[in-house]
Amino acid sequence: MPDRGHLYKALIARVLEGDGMAPRPARRAAFDNAELTQPLSTLVDKVARHAYKVTDEDIAAARTSGLSEDQIFEIVVCAAIGQAMRQYDAAHAALDAATKVTEKE
Amino acid sequence: MRLRILDTGHSFGTKILFAVIRGISRRPVPDAAKLVSYRPDFYGRINFTHDTMRGSSAWSVGDRELMAAFVSKVNGCDFCVKAHGAVAERAYHDSAKVGMVLSDLEKAPIEEPLRATLRMLGKLTREHVVNADDMRAVLKVGVSREQIEDALAVCFAFNTTNRLADAFGFAILSREGFEAGAKYLLARGYR
Repeated sequence: MPDRGHLYKALIARVLEGDGMAPRPARRAAFDNAELTQPLSTLVDKVARHAYKVTDEDIAAARTSGLSEDQIFEIVVCAAIGQAMRQYDAAHAALDAATKVTEKE
Repeated sequence: MRLRILDTGHSFGTKILFAVIRGISRRPVPDAAKLVSYRPDFYGRINFTHDTMRGSSAWSVGDRELMAAFVSKVNGCDFCVKAHGAVAERAYHDSAKVGMVLSDLEKAPIEEPLRATLRMLGKLTREHVVNADDMRAVLKVGVSREQIEDALAVCFAFNTTNRLADAFGFAILSREGFEAGAKYLLARGYR
């Protein structure tokens, strides 16, 4: 399969830096699952760690805090991609470590 | 769907397309299609999923769809388990095998390289991390580095999609709806 690194870079650049309705620092914080205030920190942490636990109330709380649906959409997309990317990077580091040793053997 | 914009906020052209799809299929448009069609310049248009699931790989399309269903199972994402389990069954022409992998990986009738790869993807998805020993266990049964990279790409795609499906609250389709979706995804892919 061709190298897909450029696709991931383009995707991440698009959601973090591209045109959007949520402020860029908020998108970055959602991607990193860090430095968010309530109620967004609960929503983003659930998306990152156990998205099946997200409830109607979590989304409603984000809306009540003054965010538009488009902003919530962007924040959730950034949170999902951020966590998936961290896991992908961790797995690649493990694969690099494993193949280095294998090559020496 | 928890955000109204994902149900009804699409561009005029997309709304027309959805009306045509509903007319021809006589089924609702799946929420997965509504998500990737909403503001595609923000999320939907960079299509890593098609490349990952249908691009050239030593893994078959059935294997990759099975990985997608398996990762979705570990993430507890019912919509994606049903959607991609159905594609894997169709690709393999074997529904029993897919059901067995999803219920008991260790006893399922599959080759060791695929089993070891699924085991590693399961740990990565459950614990969010794997170590070099986990990767050595996969390499040792004959899986190439490139195959592991391809499997990690499937895992990335579904770790993203599962989270979006559950956070936005994708509606579960009827059995016939998932079958129709599987037929489409096998014939047309994710474009």
